[in-house]
Amino acid sequence: MNRKLINFISAFFYTLTGLACASLVIIVAIILGNIVVNGISHVTWEFLSTAPKAGMAEGGIFPAIFGTAFLVLLMTIAVVPLGVSTAIYLQIYAPAKSRWVHAVRMAIQNLAGVPSIVFGLFGLGFFIEFMGKGIDKIFLGGELYMGQPAIIWASLTLALLTLPTVVVSTEEALRVIPKAHREVAFSLGATRWQMVRYVILPQAVGGILTGTILAVSRGAGEVAPILFTGAAYYLPYLPTRLNHQFMELGYHVYVMATQSPDVDATLPILYATVLVLLTLTFTLNFTAIIIRSKVRRKLKIGK
Amino acid sequence: MNNISKIETKALDLFYGHFQALKNIHVSIPPQKITAFIGPSGCGKSTLLRAYNRMNDLIKGVKVTGEVLLDGKNIYSSKMKLISLRKRVGMVFQRPNPFPISTYENVAFGPRIHGITNREQLDNIVETSLKATGMWKDVKDKLQISALALAPEQQQRLCISRLLAVEPEVLLMDEPCSALDPIATAKIEELILELKKCLTVVIVTHNMQQAARVSDYSAFMLLGDLVEFGETKEVFTNPKDKRTQDYITGRFG
Ligand SMILES: Nc1ncnc2c1ncn2[C@@H]1O[C@H](COP(=O)(O)OP(=O)(O)OP(=O)(O)O)[C@@H](O)[C@H]1O
Ligand SMILES: [Mg+2]
Repeated sequence: MNRKLINFISAFFYTLTGLACASLVIIVAIILGNIVVNGISHVTWEFLSTAPKAGMAEGGIFPAIFGTAFLVLLMTIAVVPLGVSTAIYLQIYAPAKSRWVHAVRMAIQNLAGVPSIVFGLFGLGFFIEFMGKGIDKIFLGGELYMGQPAIIWASLTLALLTLPTVVVSTEEALRVIPKAHREVAFSLGATRWQMVRYVILPQAVGGILTGTILAVSRGAGEVAPILFTGAAYYLPYLPTRLNHQFMELGYHVYVMATQSPDVDATLPILYATVLVLLTLTFTLNFTAIIIRSKVRRKLKIGK
Repeated sequence: MNNISKIETKALDLFYGHFQALKNIHVSIPPQKITAFIGPSGCGKSTLLRAYNRMNDLIKGVKVTGEVLLDGKNIYSSKMKLISLRKRVGMVFQRPNPFPISTYENVAFGPRIHGITNREQLDNIVETSLKATGMWKDVKDKLQISALALAPEQQQRLCISRLLAVEPEVLLMDEPCSALDPIATAKIEELILELKKCLTVVIVTHNMQQAARVSDYSAFMLLGDLVEFGETKEVFTNPKDKRTQDYITGRFG
């Protein structure tokens, strides 16, 4: 009797956990399937290479792709040096277990937990209102140039958002480098900088690359941080200066889904845009995973 | 400057925080000889060795008093440049620890950080250094392959080559064979004997036979004291100090 009950419970949980997994897979399959089925026929070269037309009911998404790429490029230029230097400082230069290191780590962890809309508001307040307006006031006598939503401010906001990703994965890469390598470098007469430059950094490249790609893929998919800091509903030109606004894929999806004058007409384009966005982020994530496992394997052979 | 000692240690005290790891050490390391530091675990052998190229500076809370004279010049004086000191006094560690880069780049690492960029010059240095450790024949066709692919003994040879590439005068070796099997150990010992022709070697070892086999002089240490120093033959067969005798006989029954 008791035995039976136990068997029943165990079978019950087996089924339950299995179902949970299955439902997860099914949900993902439905989402992806839906998007692919409805979007794929619309993804043509023309769609990828032309601008929206007729109130977004026709035409392509080239300005949004261009804007996303430009945005993410600027973000990368900002976040990688900052993130990598932070990680190197924490792992190599700072005295281990000091209160200061602890505080920096806490700050980074907290940063990772901040909702992305808050980054957007911070970007608006700090970069645009404070820095941008400040630059205008000091260098341009108050003429409006930098003190407005712009691709530079949006990319810096995204850089803050993705900073923890870069710091954490660089730190992870640095941590596994044998301490002996530092000693060897010093014992051969290397300065601390030479040790970092020629011993540490080359071994951390994989981790830095992984972090960068993850950051890019996250940055390419976030809408909230750029909402107030530079993304445009529609632009007749491509952004070519740092203080231009820009169109962006995620924001374009949001705009088409909520602001379109004719929702039914934009629906196929909407699906196609989402498909492009997903392909982009999935490819980046996948690349990051491959690089990471390659690096891990190499390290295992090493030690 | 006299030629009797390469490294003269005078009244050396070393503290890790409040713990005194070396107590009033006096010892003269003769040039172009092999000097072995022996003694039980924790007696301060590695600490003394690392005092000779100031590797202890890397540890927080280390305090050093007394003098270490390299060719008559105190390495702890502010005039001594740390980088040139470490170039002159190199160190081989317990575990073979090549960088995870090619064999060539491992050897070229030292010369490069000391400013040599000329490819031909580097090629020469790499070849000479690998020849000096007797591994040139084996690796000359695979210089670009990762050093991690080498066997442990070859890795340790490579680490020694990497060191020779900066042309040191003194070689500090901290149990360089303890991660190797007996055959590899014998080969590395042979190499050490070869190297003494042009270098001063100081070796820390737990292996008494090894000390007896390779060293010309031996220093027995105990709890931070240098108990006895002399020709290896003397120290092993006719120790003056009771504690040395106890240690040596204790080891061999
Ligand atoms: N970084 C450190 N901080 C504090 N104490 C240390 C440190 N390194 C070594 N010691 C202490 O100093 C003493 C001497 O250590 P050392 O490593 O020189 O001994 P050793 O003779 O080389 O021992 P072994 O044969 O085990 O290698 C030991 O008591 C050790 O605990
Ligand atoms: Mg030791």
